[in-house]
Amino acid sequence: MPILTDRKTQTQYDAIVVGSGAGGGMAALILALNGAKVLMIEAGRNYDPTVETPMFHTPEQAPLRGERTPDRFFGYYDATVGGWQVAGEPYTNKPGSEGAFWWWRARMLGGRTNHWGRISLRFGPHDFRCASRDGLGVDWPMTYEEMHPWYDRVEKLIGVYGENNGIENAPDSSPGVLLPPPKPRIGELMARKAGKKLGVPVVAAHRAVLSQPLDGARLAGELFPGNARAREIMARDMSLRAPCFWATHCVRGCSIRANFQSTTVLIPPALATGNLDIITDAMVREVVMGKDGRAAGVHYIDKPTRRDRVVKAKVVILAASACETSRILLNSQSKDRAGLANSSGQVGRNLMDSVGTSLGAHIPALEDLPPYNEDGAGGLHVYTPWWLVREHEKLGFPRGYHIEMGGGRQMPTTRSFGMLDAKAPGVYGSRLKEEARRYYGASFSFSGRGEMIPNPDCYCELDPHVVDQWGIPVLRFHWKWSDHEIRQAEHMQKTFAALLSAMGGQATPRSGREAIQRPGEIIHEVGTARMGAKPGDSVTNPYGQTWDVKNLFLMDGAVLPGNPDKNPTLTILALAWRGTEWLMEKMKTGTL
Amino acid sequence: MNPPEQGFLSRREAMRWLAGTAAAGSVAPAAGAPGETEPAPPALPGRHPVHDPDFTKSAVFPWEKQFTPEELRTTGALADLILPKDELGPAASEVGVPGFIDEWCSAPYEENREAGEVVRGGLAWLNTESFRRFGRPFDEIETPERKVMADLICDEATAAPDLLTGARFFKRFRQLCLGGYYTHPATWKQLGYVGNVPVAGPYPGPPRELIERLGLQDVV
Ligand SMILES: Cc1cc2nc3c(=O)[nH]c(=O)nc-3n(C[C@H](O)[C@H](O)[C@H](O)COP(=O)(O)OP(=O)(O)OC[C@H]3O[C@@H](n4cnc5c(N)ncnc54)[C@H](O)[C@@H]3O)c2cc1C
Ligand code: SF4
Repeated sequence: MPILTDRKTQTQYDAIVVGSGAGGGMAALILALNGAKVLMIEAGRNYDPTVETPMFHTPEQAPLRGERTPDRFFGYYDATVGGWQVAGEPYTNKPGSEGAFWWWRARMLGGRTNHWGRISLRFGPHDFRCASRDGLGVDWPMTYEEMHPWYDRVEKLIGVYGENNGIENAPDSSPGVLLPPPKPRIGELMARKAGKKLGVPVVAAHRAVLSQPLDGARLAGELFPGNARAREIMARDMSLRAPCFWATHCVRGCSIRANFQSTTVLIPPALATGNLDIITDAMVREVVMGKDGRAAGVHYIDKPTRRDRVVKAKVVILAASACETSRILLNSQSKDRAGLANSSGQVGRNLMDSVGTSLGAHIPALEDLPPYNEDGAGGLHVYTPWWLVREHEKLGFPRGYHIEMGGGRQMPTTRSFGMLDAKAPGVYGSRLKEEARRYYGASFSFSGRGEMIPNPDCYCELDPHVVDQWGIPVLRFHWKWSDHEIRQAEHMQKTFAALLSAMGGQATPRSGREAIQRPGEIIHEVGTARMGAKPGDSVTNPYGQTWDVKNLFLMDGAVLPGNPDKNPTLTILALAWRGTEWLMEKMKTGTL
Repeated sequence: MNPPEQGFLSRREAMRWLAGTAAAGSVAPAAGAPGETEPAPPALPGRHPVHDPDFTKSAVFPWEKQFTPEELRTTGALADLILPKDELGPAASEVGVPGFIDEWCSAPYEENREAGEVVRGGLAWLNTESFRRFGRPFDEIETPERKVMADLICDEATAAPDLLTGARFFKRFRQLCLGGYYTHPATWKQLGYVGNVPVAGPYPGPPRELIERLGLQDVV
């Protein structure tokens, strides 16, 4: 399990990977499986989910009964070291920004993959050709058809439950790739019934959770046909992962390795190759350039000793999470003063998040039901893919959203009984317990996750005045939603209100401007060093190779030219694998 | 290698740390962005019991609890009136509700500070009202007398205007009782929460009868 190799580093590596989340984990695994010597550098602490995850811990064992606080935003048991605020590492917002950008950072091995929602949706054919369809944003430098096999590969490797529904722009996986989805819970069935009335499809969600054991031997054989060592390692490791046991919430992480975390799925087999060294508590400051115009390595701060260090490699891969990757580029020295690999001027630009808003209501039909176990897969079992792909002219906003939903009897929190203020005022004593039993879990809510179109007002850049405690200049953000997003949020609110009302509930939709969540709050920030078909208007080529520095690659959400409604991580993983294979090919032929 | 293990921070250090983050606007509902700060707040020397708790050890409540023994007694008496021992479960004090309310009201976040003002003020108010009517503080009067007191303030809508302070306190206090009570596993079965237990094989889903009762057969 992610046990660190010695803090000593070797003098020369084939590749340095900065960051250990989705992108960095994938790049390191594929390189290590193919015999490359890799050093992974992670700013956060070492983290071992197999022993550190509070799987069955109950609220009374935690301060404040585990309730969320400003510094544990998703609750005490959330598998995050970090959050909106990382001590010693500030960020700022530029005067004139419309609403402050919120930046979530995890400082731990595995990054945000330790607690993400595991929702794993493929981008669709239209998403890769968005600008050709409606003239907004930019097309991707590849088509869905080119990405399809990579999505298949990633889904096989990490394990994703879901169903093929043949819905336009919500692609089907190849046969045999997806794992069977868990049965919907009662509230989810009610939502499906409501959706049926309104023409809103409610289908199996796609989540990176093992609903059954993986057949490691078969899958590894299919994934690594020409590589016996990789097959052996992966077959063993995949078979060791336990399937979900339908208890405990995935945001706490999963010690039995039933869901996807970089620390349970990518890093252990990468370490098993013997080709990977990892150092944690090491904050990369910049890419070090050689006289030949190539990246020579990276300069990092060894946090425990606060010493500056340099390590070298033939290739440098940045996957520090989108904004942090751009920050490293902007802080690196190069001929032009605008940072490294930035001849296009696009580093830090085109920052996008998802449009998010939610609405919930009390659902009388869910009151006082006979109890059954609704924990399920520690997250949603159903969702709604964007269903109005052909209606945009009428709708008045150009891009779609998907709907996430949930409710029912989850583990009680200190806030589970707020509705008794209105439903049972004045009641105390035994009758209050009856009322609590009646109303507990009798509510349901919907959240939208919508596509944002890049615009010139949303970006990050170096703050000219502020440095973090390591002395590294920090990012400052600038933001402005366009009407596209505001109108979309409004449509979400109306749709959710209609669904809730069809379920027998009552909720008042808010205006788009009121309802839209904060910039950054959905934590799908991507796009600050986008890929493209040609230099000039993009930072990397279609494989994450920077146009300006041939042996420098970006392998996280920074390279996404757009941010379709389908949460980014599956695509980050697919692009990282594809880019790494391309990189290895170039290394082999000596053309890097 | 693990980062150096540090002992838990003293309250003073914890508060200083919190002040650092608060200056950085980290209080969630605030309008400013988190992280707006100049210069940078100091990093933690090691793991902090809230910021990076060690789940392999028992949790630590990192702030000093504020309630006096008298306040805790009053809290227990009222909490047990609101959620008594009966066939629907244990009494509030048997599942740690008074301690939870003390914790909640002593935490340094804005919401908790505000709750602390309402609750501690309310407890004092309750004792004075009890003294006025019965000559003794709330925790020293008998259950029927406590009920008389509770009936006066349990509903904001019907409470006499001069008792509104008590009514507002009661509402807030009742929510905290519910929150503390039902976050204890000893109350779950009777509440109807039967999860947090591993299940082998595929997820069973809702029982047939339930699906039929709600008329959902056509969408399974
Ligand atoms: C609550 C939550 C729910 C989410 N749910 C979903 C979901 O359901 N579906 C989905 O697709 N996505 C979801 N996401 C987003 C998802 O977590 C990210 O897309 C994904 O983790 C990105 O991977 P990454 O490798 O780019 O970055 P990360 O996972 O953030 O990893 C980056 C790593 O780099 C390290 N690092 C940063 N700077 C440096 C530096 N200078 N030097 C060295 N190391 C550095 C960081 O410490 C971190 O460990 C969610 C996120 C959150 C927070
Ligand atoms: S719900 Fe399943 S996958 Fe999620 S943490 Fe629990 S056991 Fe692991």
